[in-house]
Amino acid sequence: MPWLTAIVFSPLAGALVLGTLPRSNEDAIRRSAFVFSLVPLVLCLAVAWLFEPGRPDMQFSERAAWIPSFGISYHLGVDGLSLFLLLLTAFLTPLVVLASWSEIRTRVKEFHVLVLLLETGMLGTFLALDLFLFYVFWELMLVPMYLLIGVWGGPRRVYAAVKFVLYTMAGSLLMLVAILYLAWAQARAAGEPSFDLLRLYELALSPAEQRWLFAAFALAFAIKVPVFPLHTWLPDAHVEAPTGGSVILAGVLLKMGTYGLLRFALPLFPLASTEAAPYLALLGTVGIVYGALVAMVQPDLKKLVAYSSVSHLGFVVLGLCSFNAQATAGAVYQMLGHGLSTGALFLLVGVLYERRHTRQIADFGGLWKVVPVYASFLLVITLASVGLPGLNGFVGEFLILLGAFAEHRVLAVLATSGVVLGAAYMLWMYQRVAFGPISHPENRELRDLTKRELATLAPILLLCFALGVYPAPLLERMGPSIELHLTRMRDKVERTLPHAPRPATEHEPSSVGPS
Amino acid sequence: MNAPDLSWTALLPLLVALGTALTVLLADLWSEGPDRESLGWLGVVGLSVLGAVSLLLWNRHELTIAGTLALDRFAVFFDLFFAFSGVFALLLSMAFFEKQVQQVGEFYALLLFSLFGMLAIAATTDLITIFLSLEILSLAAYVLTGIRRDDPRATEGALKYFVVGAFATGFLLLGVACLYGATGTTLLAPLAEALRSGTSRALVLSGVAFLLVGFGFKLAAVPFHLWAPDAYEGAPTPVTAWMAVAVKAAALAGLLRVLSTALDPLAADWKPLVAGLAAVTMTVGNFLALGQTNVKRLLAYSSIAHAGYLLVGVAALESGGGSALLFHLVAYALMNLGAFAVVVALGERGEVLAGFEGVGFRYPLLGAAMSLFLLSLAGIPPLAGFAGKFYLFAAAVRADYVGLAVLGALNSVLSMYYYAGVLVRMYMREGEPEAEIGGPLAVTLWVMGLGTLLLGVFPAAFHRFAELCFSALG
Repeated sequence: MPWLTAIVFSPLAGALVLGTLPRSNEDAIRRSAFVFSLVPLVLCLAVAWLFEPGRPDMQFSERAAWIPSFGISYHLGVDGLSLFLLLLTAFLTPLVVLASWSEIRTRVKEFHVLVLLLETGMLGTFLALDLFLFYVFWELMLVPMYLLIGVWGGPRRVYAAVKFVLYTMAGSLLMLVAILYLAWAQARAAGEPSFDLLRLYELALSPAEQRWLFAAFALAFAIKVPVFPLHTWLPDAHVEAPTGGSVILAGVLLKMGTYGLLRFALPLFPLASTEAAPYLALLGTVGIVYGALVAMVQPDLKKLVAYSSVSHLGFVVLGLCSFNAQATAGAVYQMLGHGLSTGALFLLVGVLYERRHTRQIADFGGLWKVVPVYASFLLVITLASVGLPGLNGFVGEFLILLGAFAEHRVLAVLATSGVVLGAAYMLWMYQRVAFGPISHPENRELRDLTKRELATLAPILLLCFALGVYPAPLLERMGPSIELHLTRMRDKVERTLPHAPRPATEHEPSSVGPS
Repeated sequence: MNAPDLSWTALLPLLVALGTALTVLLADLWSEGPDRESLGWLGVVGLSVLGAVSLLLWNRHELTIAGTLALDRFAVFFDLFFAFSGVFALLLSMAFFEKQVQQVGEFYALLLFSLFGMLAIAATTDLITIFLSLEILSLAAYVLTGIRRDDPRATEGALKYFVVGAFATGFLLLGVACLYGATGTTLLAPLAEALRSGTSRALVLSGVAFLLVGFGFKLAAVPFHLWAPDAYEGAPTPVTAWMAVAVKAAALAGLLRVLSTALDPLAADWKPLVAGLAAVTMTVGNFLALGQTNVKRLLAYSSIAHAGYLLVGVAALESGGGSALLFHLVAYALMNLGAFAVVVALGERGEVLAGFEGVGFRYPLLGAAMSLFLLSLAGIPPLAGFAGKFYLFAAAVRADYVGLAVLGALNSVLSMYYYAGVLVRMYMREGEPEAEIGGPLAVTLWVMGLGTLLLGVFPAAFHRFAELCFSALG
């Protein structure tokens, strides 16, 4: 059975069916959208169940010629690097539908059609093993997200939506040219062009070519992550997006950037990425500290969570650029952990906003007494985000710091300060929201979590505990693929170097010209 | 003296087009008042016959009338292209004039006469005949632009178009004269041979430059584009669509044939020129589109930018640029005819951006269709415009014009800004739009929408077809 095709296109099929339903019955639309979003989740769980843990290579591969004269094929596959991101996407989408149940009151049908369309784009991006196909899915995500922000967003939604689109497109179109160049280099080397990732991994490129191509790929992914200083679209997009949109943005879309680095930019151009790693790691670390410091002073809850994402994804970048098994595993783990805890944080902020129509921290206080269930959920997620041992955030950060310490000692120390800062701004936020006297009388009447909200948040909470207490099943499925990723890079660097008789670690006077 | 050889088969597409145009012109004498719509249907029938006839001629290869007219797959490609876009231009016109009080009878005949000129340009292998065909097409186009006589904008646009156009054909003729002076022939194939055997380089190069200027005007390539926005704004919307799609295609057909058949020996000379023209055209076109509030002007500048993308294919002609260009031309026709159909559907208000406010949710299908066309124009996958740009940029990279591909990529980002502006108005602002979608418009929108989608998702088969057609020139 073509599992992966079914996974990718089941949301699209759902969106098409949803499109034919009458728009007047909004609850029926919500319910069907929820059911449609469960289909890919069930399929993903089946794939995770059938996934063979010890194998480093691609599983469930599917391949069919698409544009044969250019060597473009419809090629899907899943390995230890993408399996859990796939699960995360399929897991968060139904929750997004649930979370939007009472928030989205206008144009309900269009909203859910777009969410499902977006899911197809996200799942496809994680599964594509052909660069052309990857690019198609990558850009496919852009339009639904643009409309989700622009139509259902806050007061400055149009500005945020357009900024989001232009930033992302600027990076990805340059990547498209780099992809074309790669396919053409393959044609020179092997006689016919190919966009197949597994084949292009083997392609030998000169150091100068690698540098330019890496720059184009890395820029596209760095904008998406976002790596400091390319992050300015993120606070706007997050703050203006509706809750569901923020959850998808933070939970999945940001991981596209780090996943892209891991799957494409680093292993395709290992020499260039080894050269660039210290700088990229430095930017990651700057992001960690900068994001934390800026989050500290935010009066708006959503902005605070948005900047905390900049900080947390800095860790992922640092981990990916350390080129050892621990740090890379930590980075992949942190992607999952961040997806869960930040997704939950946005959901929790959304719950407050729906009740009070404000997100200012100063408008709350003493919630512990009024809405104890809500406050306990917020506490657990806050602690998860801080990286408390026993919760999901700890494993990833710990592994990253451990691995990074071996490679970039100074940066690892600086990054550790980011952990402390992270604890500071999150706990301080929690203190101002949940403890103290009830300074605003409006908050006395606040309703605690409804059943639907509980159903949305409880699964995330359970997973946060599970990931924190028992990471072994995940790590042992990631491990082999990560090993393969690292050996592939190491081998290729060694193979490239004899042709370029100079030490790769030194920085020569830049003789890089457009070749 | 022998009469020149004459192959009726090779002439058949031209004769069908001319016959249709004359029939419509004559039928106009007997039709009165509101009955004029039947003239449009007459044209649709004629063009359908043209399409069928050219399909039957797919495997014929002939050169006739003393070597001045070719029947080959390249010509057949453009026969099909003009028949297709002609049919939908007629449908758009019928929808458009249904709402207008003033109904001009000669309209349909003029449109078909310009189509006749276009077919001739694509098929002819002689510089003089190219010039004549271009004049036939242009004269009809000038009149069509100014056909709303009581509208000062139309008159201004038409006058500008006429003056600049006359200037352009002058350049073209000068180029032909230079080449004739250097080689003693105006036939394309012998011209190439004469060039290979060596001749006055200065004369030849100035001939090439003049030709490029002449075609550049017709293509609305920068810096020869100044007439386009005024003409596009003043012309009735279906004529704007016709100019944006078919006139541009005709100019490109002529340019492609001349460059790849006659001027192939000088490729090293004209390629950098064309590449520069492409770079300037797409950049300036996009920058000027940014601030437009009139949809027709916006689409005019967008079509200038697209002329730039298409010229990238000319610069990379041998590395797959030719077939990429033909592919993108069809993609461009689909999304532009579609976008103009939406403008027609929205009536007078559709000509300004404000008229698009609230369209997305009040008319979901119309809004979805417009989004599809705009996103395709911006080059978002998996739509036809993306596939076309992909082939064009791939050809540029392969021809070592990586810089041109990068510039094209950056330009696409720029263009997304103004296309997104239309989306913003359709989906993110409230308004009271009024659309009227009759049968012809609905057909047009569906065909263009599905075409844009299909060509984007499954581009391989059609690209193969474009390759076959372009290889006829080789």
